[in-house]
Amino acid sequence: MSKEYQNSKTDFSVIGKSAPMIDGVPKVIGTAIYADDIKLPGMLYGKILRSPHAHARIVKIDTSRALALPGVKAIITGKDTPIKYGILPIGQDETALAVDKVIYVGQEVAALAAISEEIAEQAINLIDVEYELLPAYLNAEAAMAAKDVLIHNDRPGNIEKKYHHSFGDIEKAFAESDLVLEDDFRFPRITHAAMEPHCAVANFEANGKLTVWTSTQTPHYVHRGLAKALQMHPSKIRVIKPFVGGGFGGKSETFSCDVCSSLLSKLTGKPVKITFTREEVFYAHRGRPDQFVHIKLGMCKNGKITGVYVKTIQDGGAFCSYGVVTILYSGALIAALYDIDNIKFDGYRVVTNKPACGPMRGHGTVNVRYAFEVMMDRLAEGLGLDPAEVRLKNMLKPNTKTVNDLRVTSYGYKECVEKAMERANWTEKRGKMPFGRGVGIGGSHYVSGAANSIVRGKMPHSNVSIKIDIDGGVSVFTGTAEIGQGTETVQAQIVAEELGLPLERVRVIAADSDITPVDLGSYSSRVTFMAGNAALFAARDVKNQLLRHAAEVLGESPEHLICKNERIYVEYDPERSVTFREALIAALEHSGTVIGKGAYTPPAESQGGRFKGAGVGPGVAYSYSASVADVSVDPETGHVRVNKIWVAHDCGRALNPLAVEGQVEGSVWMGLGQALQEEQIFTPEGLTLNPSLLEYKSPGAIESPDIETIIVESIDPEGPFGAKEAGEGSLAGVIPAIANAVYDAVGVWITSLPITPEKILKELNKKKTGKNL
Amino acid sequence: MEKQLITLHINGEVHQIATPSNRSLMDAIREDLSLTGTKHGCDDGDCGACTVLVNGQPVLSCMMLAVCHQKQEITTIEGLSQNGQLNRVQSAFCIEGGMQCGYCTPGMIMSVKALLTNNPNPTETEIREAISNNLCRCTGYTKIIKAVQQAATYPEFIANITKPEPVDAFFA
Repeated sequence: MSKEYQNSKTDFSVIGKSAPMIDGVPKVIGTAIYADDIKLPGMLYGKILRSPHAHARIVKIDTSRALALPGVKAIITGKDTPIKYGILPIGQDETALAVDKVIYVGQEVAALAAISEEIAEQAINLIDVEYELLPAYLNAEAAMAAKDVLIHNDRPGNIEKKYHHSFGDIEKAFAESDLVLEDDFRFPRITHAAMEPHCAVANFEANGKLTVWTSTQTPHYVHRGLAKALQMHPSKIRVIKPFVGGGFGGKSETFSCDVCSSLLSKLTGKPVKITFTREEVFYAHRGRPDQFVHIKLGMCKNGKITGVYVKTIQDGGAFCSYGVVTILYSGALIAALYDIDNIKFDGYRVVTNKPACGPMRGHGTVNVRYAFEVMMDRLAEGLGLDPAEVRLKNMLKPNTKTVNDLRVTSYGYKECVEKAMERANWTEKRGKMPFGRGVGIGGSHYVSGAANSIVRGKMPHSNVSIKIDIDGGVSVFTGTAEIGQGTETVQAQIVAEELGLPLERVRVIAADSDITPVDLGSYSSRVTFMAGNAALFAARDVKNQLLRHAAEVLGESPEHLICKNERIYVEYDPERSVTFREALIAALEHSGTVIGKGAYTPPAESQGGRFKGAGVGPGVAYSYSASVADVSVDPETGHVRVNKIWVAHDCGRALNPLAVEGQVEGSVWMGLGQALQEEQIFTPEGLTLNPSLLEYKSPGAIESPDIETIIVESIDPEGPFGAKEAGEGSLAGVIPAIANAVYDAVGVWITSLPITPEKILKELNKKKTGKNL
Repeated sequence: MEKQLITLHINGEVHQIATPSNRSLMDAIREDLSLTGTKHGCDDGDCGACTVLVNGQPVLSCMMLAVCHQKQEITTIEGLSQNGQLNRVQSAFCIEGGMQCGYCTPGMIMSVKALLTNNPNPTETEIREAISNNLCRCTGYTKIIKAVQQAATYPEFIANITKPEPVDAFFA
């Protein structure tokens, strides 16, 4: 199977053109089936009882009153779910239902199945649990100070993981700097709040086979998680991902609804559905952690960064989840955006008695990037330099290795900064608008697919197979998880392009573990790059088979043939050709159904260095982004209005510009929410104070600004047709762009998110009077 | 709770169902009538995913009691396309990338349908106000607003979002 990427080609028929999503029509006519829409004959409804305490020993659970309620069919507790699981091999610390003790408000304690949702809800309130309270640690400082009672006995000091990385010579770098500044930044906990709540429908059949339809971004990891939690052979489990109503990282592992619905189905012999309420989604959480960042940044008077030191502490909540990866991304991706020779990083991931954090769009990188980009502006200010020009002074070169062994191939960041500046009319606006109005810039990047898989090994990260049969339709079988980002459309485009067919001829069959080959899932912005390459290789495999038969018909050698416009042509003599159909029939007559496959494995040289923790950070490529925000700040009220955001994103070749723009706009908007208003707030007892979409306050249509997207195409040497990711890289840059614009408008720096009117007024008052309010 | 017989007029059809008097209109539509195009996002009236039209006006069906809507014309997302043709709002959302995950989409489209019926040429501000009850976490609203502006220029129904293909002779 040929693995040349051939990215110099420019004459395309399908890719590079905006295509509506191939799964779009079912979504707009209401026939798209999401997990909660599934109703099987005899199906029971499951509900989960959750802990009211942040940290307590479970003394006794009495289910007798609930079981006596007519219509209740089965109840399970922690004794039925003893097997620990977790997404990371080193983080196997959760059970579907609490065993012996609860460690956050909202933790699952018992689950039951009943003939209706109403009876299930009623029955949950009839389960009696006796608790004995333990000291609760509701922030990282309190958790790290704990002496005797720990959250997990094998995590001394309640520290999940700590890393100390040092590259270059940071002290020398600071000594040689013309200006060194340091400050502390604080970030609240935020969450994905995907529109569709988590849901699983499980059907355990009498033959011992379990089928689970689940709302997930990572069907393969749910398959693994269920096999472990249920102690079943994976061949007996079928995981199907139906339509999924958004994820943003929040559906990237096995959840209690998956395990509990399966167990309850096994016990009752009936299908069982568990849909989380909106409140329960806030407890399932896995969002961005509460985080402290201390940053020290040095710069020469020409604007060149000399070195950076970051100390950060993440309050990761009750379980590991992806936590070790999150803290490592915080350190690793300080590099690979700018050319920096000296980096020192101290990172601490702490366990606390709050819902577990996990991966959220821009995983691990966002908060440190905010601190970095704001400090960069402060240094520029201190040295009398233009902040955008300072960014241009610190560019990497394509095809370099960073000081922490990240391999950068394509690099379009310079063009991103230049284009964003130009489109926003930066030089006319920066520092030149009236008091109360300002512009600011921020940059960011993200892995375009993690080069190392969660479960380390040599197996491919993406597999795609293709079948072409007598109807002439091309079936693409892929394990990728479409969650709204357009992965099915982009794979169909790639296959159609390679086979010279119209997009309509390709259909995608996705994410059913009995049918489709393994793909690791929709996380780390990996799908376009990795599954896109697997789809391309699979298409080449079937193409080569068809070309052999076309060559026989044409009396030509296959290497002289090309596929285009539903025909196979002799490249040097286009008058000689056969139709796609003629070639297909020749192939079918010869050996039956045409079947091909493709697999993508990251190259070894992309997989990073050899130090402890080096596995996280390496991407097979990196996307780049620069944002300029134009804001108005009312000095009387402190209210910030974002007037417009210009964002330039380097996604390699834009295979589907419409989808790229949609992904970038969504990232920018999600960053805007984190910048100005989003926060999951807790009471001193650990109860989430705002577990609803009204109180969580993500931006609505009225307060969302116009976003202008500029696509920068750096053409990656290894991406499919040169493509890289588009779904995450822009998020982190927009938040500091807004903060830096607030400074340009009213002259105050805000060192904690969200940037609320209260914080702005406090800083304005401090500036005016020299005193804290 | 005891069930009672109620009659609902949905998408031009008459449905009689036995349902408890505290049944929400959303649950009657989704659970009793299996019209699952109407989405369940929060049950609190916060997100707008369950928006349907009652006598042409958008309402949050999770906040309404089914028994109170017996004499009214209810339209759900399944009732918008006619004779195999998409409504212009549905077409525009596809063509302009006005949806990603699709979960807010049915409710969003119902709000837009009501807007365009009452106000055929809305300004951007009027569009933003009309969908301010519909939360979307994917798009940042940019392409939704573009889709609404485009829909306003289309005829009411559109055969397909892509040009028709010639009939292929594979089985001929």
